[in-house]
Amino acid sequence: MTTPAYLRFELIRTFRNRRFLILSLLFPIVMYVLIAVPDPHEQDVGHTGISAPLYFMIGLAAFGTMNAVLSSGARIAAERATGWTRQLRLTPLRAGEYIRAKVVTSYVMALCAIATLYAGGVALGVRMPADRWLSMTFLILAGLLPFAALGVLYGHLLSVESIGPAIGGTTALLAFLGGAWFPITGGGFFQDVAEELPSYWLVQASREGLGAGHPWGAHGSAVIAVWAALLTGLAVRVYQRDTKRI
Amino acid sequence: MLLGLTAPDAGSVSLFGAPPQEAISAGAIGAMLQTGALIRDVSVRELLVMMASLYPDPLSVDDVLALVGVNEIAGRRTEQLSGGQTQRVRLAVALISDPILLVLDEPTVAMDVEGRRAFWTTMREFASRGKTVVFATHYLDEAEAYADRVVMIASGRVVADGPPTQIKARAGSRTIRAALPRADVHTLGLLPGIAAAERLGETVVLRCTDSDTALRAVLERYPEAHDIEIAGSGLEEAFLELTGPSAAAAA
Repeated sequence: MTTPAYLRFELIRTFRNRRFLILSLLFPIVMYVLIAVPDPHEQDVGHTGISAPLYFMIGLAAFGTMNAVLSSGARIAAERATGWTRQLRLTPLRAGEYIRAKVVTSYVMALCAIATLYAGGVALGVRMPADRWLSMTFLILAGLLPFAALGVLYGHLLSVESIGPAIGGTTALLAFLGGAWFPITGGGFFQDVAEELPSYWLVQASREGLGAGHPWGAHGSAVIAVWAALLTGLAVRVYQRDTKRI
Repeated sequence: MLLGLTAPDAGSVSLFGAPPQEAISAGAIGAMLQTGALIRDVSVRELLVMMASLYPDPLSVDDVLALVGVNEIAGRRTEQLSGGQTQRVRLAVALISDPILLVLDEPTVAMDVEGRRAFWTTMREFASRGKTVVFATHYLDEAEAYADRVVMIASGRVVADGPPTQIKARAGSRTIRAALPRADVHTLGLLPGIAAAERLGETVVLRCTDSDTALRAVLERYPEAHDIEIAGSGLEEAFLELTGPSAAAAA
């Protein structure tokens, strides 16, 4: 009953913070243009069989959405620091509803990032049937679950000062290892590591464009599920420890 | 602990006969904590509308805006308010659930004199509706002027509990101030009726056990004394007396 009003409130606040919004959406699309424009006709990036505009569209979408979803942690940390979280604990608003509103808001941000990159992709010639666009979007949203949990975990673990570098570093590292900026192929140690990371499978959502079976398969789905479960468990523990002290 | 933010090491807390969490869910308790900024990127009105939506039976947002006197800044963003305005909006947040009990921790810290006056007028008005206001403060003159009952706590122990006038009577002392440039503080301290003497520039401050006797003795000895003031001691003096070394010896 109380959730819609609180969620609406969170959304208003997020979208009113123009600088945050514009910067979050701007960087991925700028990088996309820089990476994909020089070679728009490459139809087989790094022997993946995927065209460059499609591959990097999803690569940068993975980067942008990871950032968007993790940013809920920055907001949680800031509200803890100002004492707002404490004030909210004196209201009937349940902690679960508070966190849910944060996660849903960060997902709305992620959808905005996806929309900008899809627009960029279409401009560079990416074409797919509508149902593939949809299932690809769904895969990305599902692949973001571990990051949503990580955002909440960071928000309750880190201070306002340290959370910026933590989010930036995590996103950059995982985007790099997951192949967001160049495809990871050819086997070897590097790919073995990458295949156990959620960001790799986020980027692999672009295989939806090939239309050759599920882009994740059992392995990819398991990696996402295990990371999501692990990080959610950790986030719950850190949350409980954090609120005991308040 | 009262608000359910901290669990007690031993024993239990109950509020209106139930755990604090239940009183909070019912909106029976409102609180203004010592620290805590307002959340940013929203207007005062939006903030209060959202807070009101969390409670089963809230006051109307317009009533609360009027009650705390922030009508004219209702449309302003929370990050653009002055310190005093912020405090009043925080009070509005505490009042929105129409609580039976209002808990305030150092509520007037960031306020100027006018703001503080207005604040206490609001509190009086709120209390006159049959509500209870509990506040913690380090400004004892504030407690003296506005509280019906005062509980003094020093080093975690309750040292006094009662109406302010009663506590002051218990401490029982008055203070004489007089301009006495040449008098010796030590000699003054030995005069009858005087417990302690202290010099502040030209003025001496005499804490008395019996101010009538003391004044006669002072005037007899120092007829040149002028600008004499006698004041009943405030809660602040009473507090010092109740927690000072002599009180410790008595306890």
